[in-house]
Amino acid sequence: MKLFRWLWAAATVGLLAEAFRVAMFVVPADEAQGDIFRIFFYHFPSAMMTFLFFFVSFIASIVYLVSRNSNPVRAMKADAMALANAEVGVVFCTVVLITGPLWARPVWGIWWTWDERLTSTLVLYLIYVAYLLLRRFAAGPQMQTLAAVMAIFGYVDVPIVYFSTRWWRTQHPAPVFGGGANSGVDPRMMPAVWWNLAAWLAWGILIASFRYAVALRDQLKEQKEALRALEVTG
Amino acid sequence: MRRPYFLTHLLKDIRLEWRSKDAINSMLFFALLVVVLFSLAFDPTRESSRQIAGGILCVATMFASVSALNQAWTRELRHQVLDAQRMTPAPASSLFLGKVLANFLFVSIVEIILTPVFIIFYNLHALGNGWLLALVLPLGTWALVVNGTFFAALSIRTRNRELLLPLILFPLFIPALLGMVLASSYILTGEQDPSLWIKMLAGYDVIYTTICLLLFEVVLHAE
Repeated sequence: MKLFRWLWAAATVGLLAEAFRVAMFVVPADEAQGDIFRIFFYHFPSAMMTFLFFFVSFIASIVYLVSRNSNPVRAMKADAMALANAEVGVVFCTVVLITGPLWARPVWGIWWTWDERLTSTLVLYLIYVAYLLLRRFAAGPQMQTLAAVMAIFGYVDVPIVYFSTRWWRTQHPAPVFGGGANSGVDPRMMPAVWWNLAAWLAWGILIASFRYAVALRDQLKEQKEALRALEVTG
Repeated sequence: MRRPYFLTHLLKDIRLEWRSKDAINSMLFFALLVVVLFSLAFDPTRESSRQIAGGILCVATMFASVSALNQAWTRELRHQVLDAQRMTPAPASSLFLGKVLANFLFVSIVEIILTPVFIIFYNLHALGNGWLLALVLPLGTWALVVNGTFFAALSIRTRNRELLLPLILFPLFIPALLGMVLASSYILTGEQDPSLWIKMLAGYDVIYTTICLLLFEVVLHAE
């Protein structure tokens, strides 16, 4: 397992390097926007990873709620999974929220606009920060249940986030993939998109797996302490 | 015929409130203060007031109801009432439903009193179909109260619970607040058709009411 993780880490570094090379030096610059467009190769994969990791966190929360009484071991793993994925998702969401304004400033002339899609990403970010806060504030084993409930509430917001993009006049470029006939990225740029998606997925899985292991160890430690406390009083 | 459980809970909460009048009084005064503060902070001249008035009313109610929602469950903590309720065979969702209906009633009363005051302070008259406000306000209030009651029950188990409720409620409430504010300012300015945002509010209400009813039992029995 340990060896596998190191191999995975090495592969991730390789992927990140190759993705960087393709994005910066191989694909041509955008005709209208020039080199600033290259930030898209980081913005878009991070946005996709945000959705993916929050989704895994949501599923893990459901698994936790379903199995918390019948299968404590699985519930513990699910809870650690939910925590790890929510944290990595927040990291990706931060990257999205930072790279977006960096691109918007030269292209739109403003850092931020209260466009629907920007707003909803920010709301999503706030919800998951609130989730992490709840995990910090609530104490004891009930915290995991409460946090799982909160994660479900938060994830229900995601479809509202996604569909509201089409409801309001929007300044954000139309959804690049599956957004209609004229949207889409120049096919010559696709390699950079794919490499970055793969690289950041690998990176996210790597970090989430470390975080998962730590969370699991924390839980075991707490359990041991609870047992010892019982023995002392018993 | 036996009375439904949620009705029992609802009547109990109304009776408690009737005797103490804690929640309504504090909410009313707080919301009034917020409205006055906003009027002083932003000059309520005729042109701009129409644009921001809907938002201020919504935000004032939101802040006011958070203070009351915290009380709604702390009241049950005294004398271990909440533990007793956990042991009753009645379904947890009816406890929740009764609580939500009671809070909805209280917040609505506050809004009904506050709206005329607000109209006078801001010198408003709706340019769009004003009666639609009677649809928008209850929908928005329901969205606030249903989530607020749920998260108040959730945060009651945590350290510094009074602080936590707004922290976890507001982010989730943002879509509903957006719908509420946009719909009411469209009604007041008469610039656009608010029906899309009213539908969005209704959808939000249906979705979150369902999840709250389904998950409340988990929160109530969280060990």
